[in-house]
Amino acid sequence: MSTFEKTLVGSRRYWLWIACLLLLALAGFLCYLRQLAQGLVITGLSRDVSWGLYVAQFTFFVGIAASAVTVVLPYYLHDCKQFVRVTILGELLAISAVTMAVLFILVDLGQPARILNILLHPQPQSVMFWDMIALSGYLLLNIVIATGALNAEHEHVSPSGWIRTLSIVSIPWAISIHTVTAFLYSGLPGRTYWLTAILAPRFLASAFSSGPALLILLCVVTRRLTAFDVGREAIHKLAVIVAYATAINLFFVLTEVFTAFYSEIPEHESSFEYLFVGAGGDYHLVPWMWISFLLSLIALTLLLVPRWRSDMRLLVIACFCVFFSIWLEKGLGLIIGGFVPSPLGAITRYTPTLPEWGIVCGIWAIGALMTTAFYRITFSIWEES
Amino acid sequence: MKITRKRFLQLSGLSLIALAARKIVRGAVNTATVESTKAIRWGMAIDLEKCRQKEGCNGCIKACHSAHNVPQFADRAHEVKWIWKQPFEDVFPFAQTQYTRDVNAGHPVLLMCNHCDDPPCIDVCPVDATWRTDDGVVTIDFHRCIGCRYCMAACPYGSRSFNWQDPRPAIPTLNPDFPTRTKGVVEKCNFCEERLAKRLAPVCVEACEEKALVFGDLEQPDSEIRKLLRSRFAVQRKPELGTGPSVYYLI
Repeated sequence: MSTFEKTLVGSRRYWLWIACLLLLALAGFLCYLRQLAQGLVITGLSRDVSWGLYVAQFTFFVGIAASAVTVVLPYYLHDCKQFVRVTILGELLAISAVTMAVLFILVDLGQPARILNILLHPQPQSVMFWDMIALSGYLLLNIVIATGALNAEHEHVSPSGWIRTLSIVSIPWAISIHTVTAFLYSGLPGRTYWLTAILAPRFLASAFSSGPALLILLCVVTRRLTAFDVGREAIHKLAVIVAYATAINLFFVLTEVFTAFYSEIPEHESSFEYLFVGAGGDYHLVPWMWISFLLSLIALTLLLVPRWRSDMRLLVIACFCVFFSIWLEKGLGLIIGGFVPSPLGAITRYTPTLPEWGIVCGIWAIGALMTTAFYRITFSIWEES
Repeated sequence: MKITRKRFLQLSGLSLIALAARKIVRGAVNTATVESTKAIRWGMAIDLEKCRQKEGCNGCIKACHSAHNVPQFADRAHEVKWIWKQPFEDVFPFAQTQYTRDVNAGHPVLLMCNHCDDPPCIDVCPVDATWRTDDGVVTIDFHRCIGCRYCMAACPYGSRSFNWQDPRPAIPTLNPDFPTRTKGVVEKCNFCEERLAKRLAPVCVEACEEKALVFGDLEQPDSEIRKLLRSRFAVQRKPELGTGPSVYYLI
């Protein structure tokens, strides 16, 4: 049976899941066709808030992609044997996440047909050029590494040496994709919310907490649905990584808050105020930002106590809290906060529209489809061996 | 002579290096010549007092927007504007204290692209669709722009607009001498580059009856604009960002 054929074998439940995802992807595609015809006017974006959900989701998924390093590094550099299987799952997740990130950029473009101009007129002084190189390189690396490792398992041999070399290359590369993505924002002179040296470290911390949290959730779900288990030890090790990263991320956010509010420089306070207490009569993001903050606190408490962390049910709750918290902070608040108030002090409300959510859900469905197919192939190879 | 595979690869490698070297040398020579002809830097001085003489005057805005086929959309979210007015306190929020605010508060200030000396919008463009001409005009290629809006995030002055929808149906009267835009591209004030090429002043300067707008070459010490900047107190928007705006406000 060829590798692709393995994805075509499954229970009724498997096919129902695939059908739902295909339906969502189709709905997203139809919304996108509408956007192609009418323009980005169908989104909630405006002259003042010119980037929104698409770019925020792009940022979030670059983080998920980069977080593969949290399994690759312990496995390849520290020979952490428990991670032997979860490493492949992490690398495969990274492939879906990078693809999603690229799709989010594609749907954000006003003239997507001209995308190749990025290659025809490369601009090394633009951070976007480097982001393109970082992301495409990372995608390629992970495709090669994951297929190499899976083929080796399929043939019952240990992976070749060059797979190991590439895996080690992928470690700094993963750090670079999220650093460069942070530099997209942190180098802009007029956006004080982003103009901070800690943005890249903060991105990495939030990535290393949301990514492994998602991986834990995926492992738990697959253990429930398939006979397949990555092992309790691997999950517990991942939980420790999530605990550290969540704590560091929270610490980084609080250092930002201190600098802004102790210095009392109005420009540095204004975006935080808009997001967390509201400004100019617009409070619609306030509850979400506080929910994000509280979820992080709850998750941190659950993760810090070893007894709670090793309780699988509490761990699942904690991972869900982390994931949703960072999805709100990074996949929504971070980008909007950079645009409000505008350079001229305007408070412009941004609410994603229905077709915008439709496109976002479509890309999520594509990511889920890819991950499902990848994991399906992986599990059937593991079952054989 | 029989060419081995190794020899072939060596030769092709060498030819590639030679080609690249030629390109680099040519590039270096070209930038050198550009440097030497850089003599003009267009700039504008806006006299705020003269500008507010006639209340509700929109002459320059109307002239610019109709000359450049700027679409008129009713909703603020999707508007496209090249030149517009905004209350003083929004433009210079820290220029006034609570005790002196009354002098300028509420008075409109004319805003447009600052045609910066070191424009952040140009650095970020991933496709070289926006650049600075030799005489200091920041301009856009509407046919190359991919609509990523990175320049809008980078501009600290909010000077750039995006075509969220097809602008053509919203153009009141079409000026056939200036290109219209498609949806999905960024646009902004071009300092009337098309008129400068014909040695004409920008259309907003020409339209202002109060002569509140003074346009000229900032590199010429005896130009009218330089004389004004010597004799009057002038400010730029957000000079602390180091962008070096070419638009000055006379207070």
